[in-house]
Amino acid sequence: MSELPIVSIVTFLPLVGAALLLCVDRRREAAIKHLAFGVSAVTFLVSLGLYGNFRLDVPGMQFSERALWITWLGAEYHVGVDGISLLLVLLTTFLTAVAILSSYAAVTTAVKEYMVCMLLLETGMLGVFVALDLVLFYVFWEGMLIPMYFLIGIWGGPRRIYATIKFFLYTMAGGVLMLVGIIALYFLSGGRPGGEYTFDLLKLSALDLPFQAQAWLFLAFAVAFAIKVPMFPFHTWLPDAHVEAPTAGSVILAGVLLKMGTYGFLRFALPLFPDATRYFTPLVSWLAIVGILYGALVSMVQPDLKKLVAYSSVSHLGFVMLGIFALTVQGVEGAILQMINHGLSTGALFLLVGMLYERRHTRMIQDFGGLARIVPIFTAAFLIVTLSSIGLPGLNGFVGEFLILVGTFRVNVLYAALATAGIILAAVYMLWMFQRVMFGPVTQDANRGLVDLTAREMAVLAPVLALIVLIGIYPQPFLRTTEASVAQLLARVQERKELRAESHEPRAANWTRHANETGGEGRDGR
Amino acid sequence: MDGSLPQVSWGALLPLLLITGTGLLVLVLDPLMSPERRDRLPVLSLGGVVCAALALVWRRDQSEIVFGGMLAADGFALFFNLLFLLVAGLTLLISIAYIRRTGLEHGEYSALLLFSTLGMMIMASSLDLMTIFLGLETLSISLYILAGFLRDQIRSNEAALKYLLLGAFASGFLLYGIALVYGATGSINLTRVARALALGQVHDPTLLTIGMGLLIVGFGFKVAAVPFHMWAPDVYEGAPTSVTAFMIAGTKAAAFAALLRILMTALPALQPDWSRVLWVLAVATMTVGNVVAIAQTNIKRMLAYSSIAHAGYVLVALVTGTKLGSGAILFYLLAYALMNLGAFAVVVAAARHEDERLTIDDYAGLGLTRPALGAAMAVFMFSLAGVPPTAGFMGKLYVFSAAIQGNYLGLAIIGVANSVISAFYYLRITVVMYMAPGQDAPPADRLSPALVAAILIAAGGTLLLGLFPSGILEVALRSVAALLG
Repeated sequence: MSELPIVSIVTFLPLVGAALLLCVDRRREAAIKHLAFGVSAVTFLVSLGLYGNFRLDVPGMQFSERALWITWLGAEYHVGVDGISLLLVLLTTFLTAVAILSSYAAVTTAVKEYMVCMLLLETGMLGVFVALDLVLFYVFWEGMLIPMYFLIGIWGGPRRIYATIKFFLYTMAGGVLMLVGIIALYFLSGGRPGGEYTFDLLKLSALDLPFQAQAWLFLAFAVAFAIKVPMFPFHTWLPDAHVEAPTAGSVILAGVLLKMGTYGFLRFALPLFPDATRYFTPLVSWLAIVGILYGALVSMVQPDLKKLVAYSSVSHLGFVMLGIFALTVQGVEGAILQMINHGLSTGALFLLVGMLYERRHTRMIQDFGGLARIVPIFTAAFLIVTLSSIGLPGLNGFVGEFLILVGTFRVNVLYAALATAGIILAAVYMLWMFQRVMFGPVTQDANRGLVDLTAREMAVLAPVLALIVLIGIYPQPFLRTTEASVAQLLARVQERKELRAESHEPRAANWTRHANETGGEGRDGR
Repeated sequence: MDGSLPQVSWGALLPLLLITGTGLLVLVLDPLMSPERRDRLPVLSLGGVVCAALALVWRRDQSEIVFGGMLAADGFALFFNLLFLLVAGLTLLISIAYIRRTGLEHGEYSALLLFSTLGMMIMASSLDLMTIFLGLETLSISLYILAGFLRDQIRSNEAALKYLLLGAFASGFLLYGIALVYGATGSINLTRVARALALGQVHDPTLLTIGMGLLIVGFGFKVAAVPFHMWAPDVYEGAPTSVTAFMIAGTKAAAFAALLRILMTALPALQPDWSRVLWVLAVATMTVGNVVAIAQTNIKRMLAYSSIAHAGYVLVALVTGTKLGSGAILFYLLAYALMNLGAFAVVVAAARHEDERLTIDDYAGLGLTRPALGAAMAVFMFSLAGVPPTAGFMGKLYVFSAAIQGNYLGLAIIGVANSVISAFYYLRITVVMYMAPGQDAPPADRLSPALVAAILIAAGGTLLLGLFPSGILEVALRSVAALLG
């Protein structure tokens, strides 16, 4: 009985949808919107099937599919999901559907092109999360840039062209270095005696590369991922791209694209270069801490709501990086959960800011004030998301941050202490912003006539808010999904450490034994 | 050499004869046809090209050496000849629309295009420095005329004259190089030169090295490698757009084919020397081409500099002197031909009857007013920039793989850095097409079906090679096996 290639179906369903959209007359905008949303909703439902059939006790890849692709180079079409990627796949399909629904009213020009871009983007992002062959991964990783580039550039704000080119070139610059790294890894693997020329992640992960090679390759990969995360000091493209992108673009950018960077570290940098990972842990951790504090401090002084949320992402992603490089089970599990959390809460924040912008055509904090009395439902939703973002217990943000801090605390108290300061700062900038926007007197007359959330907007926000609460009070199913895979990943990193620590001794021991034997023979002979 | 007439293998010559015959037929029919029916001549030429391609495919499994070792009908020649015929075919499709608009409907146009294709085919099939030179001259002389075909435009005249003067200069270098190689080894046959080198029967190694250097200079002119590129932007800008497309895609491929065969078949023993020279040329060519392209405002000129930069990527693969490197060159040249011909087809399609519309700003809003045309151009631009999933990316993947395999890590890093620089100016086209405010342009001319076909073939090929590159790469690698013998 042949199994359904469910991973491929999920990945390429949006692509099929995009092809279908091309056949619809561009004047039938409503039909285009419904079709796009329908495709993304079906994709989400199918991806739930992945979750339903996922076996929690299996640490390795599930639903694997493999086919020859570039025969001569040994590059394969190899996809699959494990506990680390499954949640991200679900996040992607979920947020894309939400983002498409949210742009029903916001997008008025070139609707067809917009929806085609959204669906192509979804295929690209899903491909990144399921690819297990490095060339395939790279194709999705770079290919995904094209639709995002158009989304920001065509439907973005006033400085969209600057922002989108900066976004494209930054990501590409990191990407091509990774490409060199990928090719070098390929020849390192094949050039060894008995080695195999392969781009297969699982086979390459089993390599025992010399430290020197690992360090260089780690850097080549890490720069690409760090730009995407973005880690301080590679973050400068992010505020521009976030601010200029249309609402749905920001949601996808913050919700999914940034996770591709942190996912890259987990999926590629750690298992491929375990020794280098441990070597660079202090550097990465410090950059993460700088990012946490810097992002928070810069957020505090932003007059623009969207920019504030954008910089808060730098801070939140710093937490994720810190958790990953704690290299403890709690740290990494917390980091993965925090990726999901950030996707939900920051995605929701961008949605809310977008809804505000659609009404008032401004995002400046000073233009608001006293909204709580005018739009109570909006305010309530905003409050929940704000509290989730600062990590209030009972909501999702708390669980992730707490696990990251516990995981970090076990390896380095100083890191954990500094990161905790970031949480306090987060409370400062988020609550202060909330206060200025929602409370106080209504300063501007234009705000008096604001309309509260419409039914469609509530439909957009409700599932996100529900997940925020669900993860907050019952995170167990989400954590259990990642558990086995994380344990296996860390075991690999740690086992290599022990191997390396021992490798000098056994070899030395062999050598002495050998010397003793020959010496013994010598004595015998004498 | 032994006095008897060489055995003629008509089968192997059939493709060349078909092209020559069609060219001559076009020349004869031209004065006999009424002027309004002359637009059928390109169609007739296209028929000849297709027949020649079929003849090649028909004999694809037969590998033989004819004319006493002067011409080879091997896998390498087969690959390149099919490539040249593809280029010629697409150029003819583009030309049908272009020459009608510009009033170039003379039979000579198609005939010269066929003759220069013949020159390219001879270059890729030659096993002998002299036949390579003959092929090159057949190619070049036809192109000197074609470059100046817009007789009443001063830019076209300038292009022709410049191309002629510098082309003659390059031919001089080439001939001098051939003479020196002959002087040093006593032969102009590529395999005999290689044998002389292998057996140590070189009269004067210095002479041979200088000869090799002059050959590289001569071909450097033809592929427009920096610092021998000065003519290229002016010629590419001034020549009729369809001819520019043909030169960029075809001439370059022919020159690389000949250079590759000379270096890999005749001079593998000197690889350390030529690798070092080509390394410098590759870096200079990529960097200068890309950096100067950023500053261009005319799309033909921008594509001209971009084509210089792409010659640099091909040189990267040539530096390695390996099988993978040679295979990468073949793949890259095919990808490069498709995306450039496609881009030029769009340039022709975007033009209007009264206005060529060649500045980049003329493309403002094109992506939204003419979505299909804009999307095709976007595909070509992303492919030129080397973004997956396009042929351009796969080409770069192979080129840089070859470089890293050959331990030229620095060259690979310079190469990828260059492709980021290049992304900037290719992106600018898409920015203008999709993100700049569109102009209130008068309705566009209706596209001729031939042009639509050319764009579809090029775009389809670019995407197919990007998604399923496996088959062509294997054909390319099998083809270069003939070189390494």
